[in-house]
Amino acid sequence: MESLRARRSGLNPCAFEDVDLETYIAKIEALDSYRVRLDLSAYDCRNNRLAQLCLEQDGFPDAVSAAKSKYGAARIGLFLGTSTSGILQTELAYRRLDTQTGALPPSFHYAETQNTYSLAGFVSRYLGLHGPSFVVSSACSSSAKVFANAARMMAAGVCDAAVVGGVDSLCLSTLYGFNSLGLMSRFPCRPYDAERDGISIGEGAGFVLLERATAANTPGAILLLGIGESSDAYHMSTPHPEGLGARLAMQRALASAGLQTGEIDYINLHGTATKSNDASEARAVADVFGDLVSCSSTKGWTGHLLGAAGITEAIISMLAVEQGFVPGSLNTQRVDPAMAIDYLIENSARSINRVLSNSFGFGGSNCSLVLGRQA
Amino acid sequence: MRLYVEGIGLLGPGLDGWMAGRAILSGAAVYLAAPTNLRTSNMLPAAERRRAGGPIKLALAVGQEAILQAGRDSTTVATVFTSSGGDNDNVHAINSILATAPREVSPTRFHNSVHNAAAGYWCIAAGTHEPSTSLCAHDASFAAGLLESAVQVTVDDAVVALIAYDHPHPEPMHRERPIAAPFGMGLILAGRRNERSLAMLEVDFVSGTAHETAMQDAALEALRIGVPAARGLPLLAALTVGGPAQIRIAYFSGHHLNVRVTPC
Repeated sequence: MESLRARRSGLNPCAFEDVDLETYIAKIEALDSYRVRLDLSAYDCRNNRLAQLCLEQDGFPDAVSAAKSKYGAARIGLFLGTSTSGILQTELAYRRLDTQTGALPPSFHYAETQNTYSLAGFVSRYLGLHGPSFVVSSACSSSAKVFANAARMMAAGVCDAAVVGGVDSLCLSTLYGFNSLGLMSRFPCRPYDAERDGISIGEGAGFVLLERATAANTPGAILLLGIGESSDAYHMSTPHPEGLGARLAMQRALASAGLQTGEIDYINLHGTATKSNDASEARAVADVFGDLVSCSSTKGWTGHLLGAAGITEAIISMLAVEQGFVPGSLNTQRVDPAMAIDYLIENSARSINRVLSNSFGFGGSNCSLVLGRQA
Repeated sequence: MRLYVEGIGLLGPGLDGWMAGRAILSGAAVYLAAPTNLRTSNMLPAAERRRAGGPIKLALAVGQEAILQAGRDSTTVATVFTSSGGDNDNVHAINSILATAPREVSPTRFHNSVHNAAAGYWCIAAGTHEPSTSLCAHDASFAAGLLESAVQVTVDDAVVALIAYDHPHPEPMHRERPIAAPFGMGLILAGRRNERSLAMLEVDFVSGTAHETAMQDAALEALRIGVPAARGLPLLAALTVGGPAQIRIAYFSGHHLNVRVTPC
């Protein structure tokens, strides 16, 4: 929250492993020397270190303990998002294959690090949760979609509460992969700028404990008011040029919240700072909201956190409601004049009640969340 | 949770489609293992067809077979994809490229490396804007997919295509994580009975350990154990019984799914 207010970005020139790309990244330096809890050391990899470091913040384990006492550990679901899980561990292991047999080094643990479920396997053990669990991996929408999974599971009575979240950590696959697509900027990313030229990759994590809204806990609480999911059916790595999937996700989120466009006070955009994402998203926002709702992308602070983008931006959206703070945009100098939306560059202090947060991913996977106080 | 099966897709070693597979799973025909007959779906546009690897072919084949049987319009069906590993050949290729210089990962390799690649190709092929999710729960991936599908049918009143698939890793990963063969299965699931309904499923997430249902044939049991997506085989076998049946599929933490099958 302090970084948001002070407009302090986490982006710095890329210095990660032996990566030789000219770009900016948001790297968490503490992870290099950090280790996961000793009894879970088979799970030790950058992604699970980041998960644990995040779980230790803000009294989260205490909140989960209280929920376990209330519901029982088997009645709390765990639905997490990641795009690359612990793949860095495998990338590094491939450099140390046995010269005779070609085998991976003996210290390599597939299930605990590389497998996409590794994150939930680690977090369930760290928090002592025994309810239903899985990982959603739909690229950059992963950790927004987990809110939908959790809400449905609770509605169906499969669990009474849920921990949702997302973790993605730096790895060579994403850095060199996005570079090959020509989608990475040489500068700190400039969302919605006329001169924007690509993303900056970051690493990050977030967790949220969800409980059912009741008459007793609802007044004043920040609620998950609506969710909309859709598919582009257009291209694997380029969004629909007219923002068709994005528009459907936002419209479905509003419908599920039972809200009109005028009841949304701020939109936290996906806003990756690629030419195509921002143009497509702006068109969809303009189609649904016109230029009547303030919006911004916070990726100038965080970089693109990929599978953790949904959860971290949902948390920023909830902080905006709780703190009466509307974030603007970092690094954006001149908003693209082609965009017919109310894009904010400066931060402002303003009481707001409801935020819509967008997350869109490869494969045309879209998710919009509405978070805030009841209308 | 109560749901109805409207269509079934199956592709695995010696299990070439649901019609052939049904005879084997019911015991009417003998199971003979043979390489999985991977074929390219004619649903895909030409550009995507060229880029589709084995796991994508697998997922699309079973999804298409199931949806044709259900007689559903593919644009109206939501999807739940579940896999322990996604495109393991492609991930191996990327890791090999990154371990040597120059680190030139092709754009197609990169976008095919996401766990939801099969879902992305499916949505393009099916022309659907309905919600799609892509799950992983290691050895419990099939159970996770069935649970999520049942919940979507129950809570959202959605018609859901559940598509479970797994494809072997090449070496050196195969030694660490052996997956016996390419295997996929698809189920079209809906909340209301209609003239296409094949069977009613009652799916419950149950706490406590229980013996999971095994396959009677030793080779099919080896397949069930050898491929995470093939943990769904006992459900397919139960659908061939012709009368009520009950199976259990293991989940994590000692939980399991209890599935009661009643033919329509």
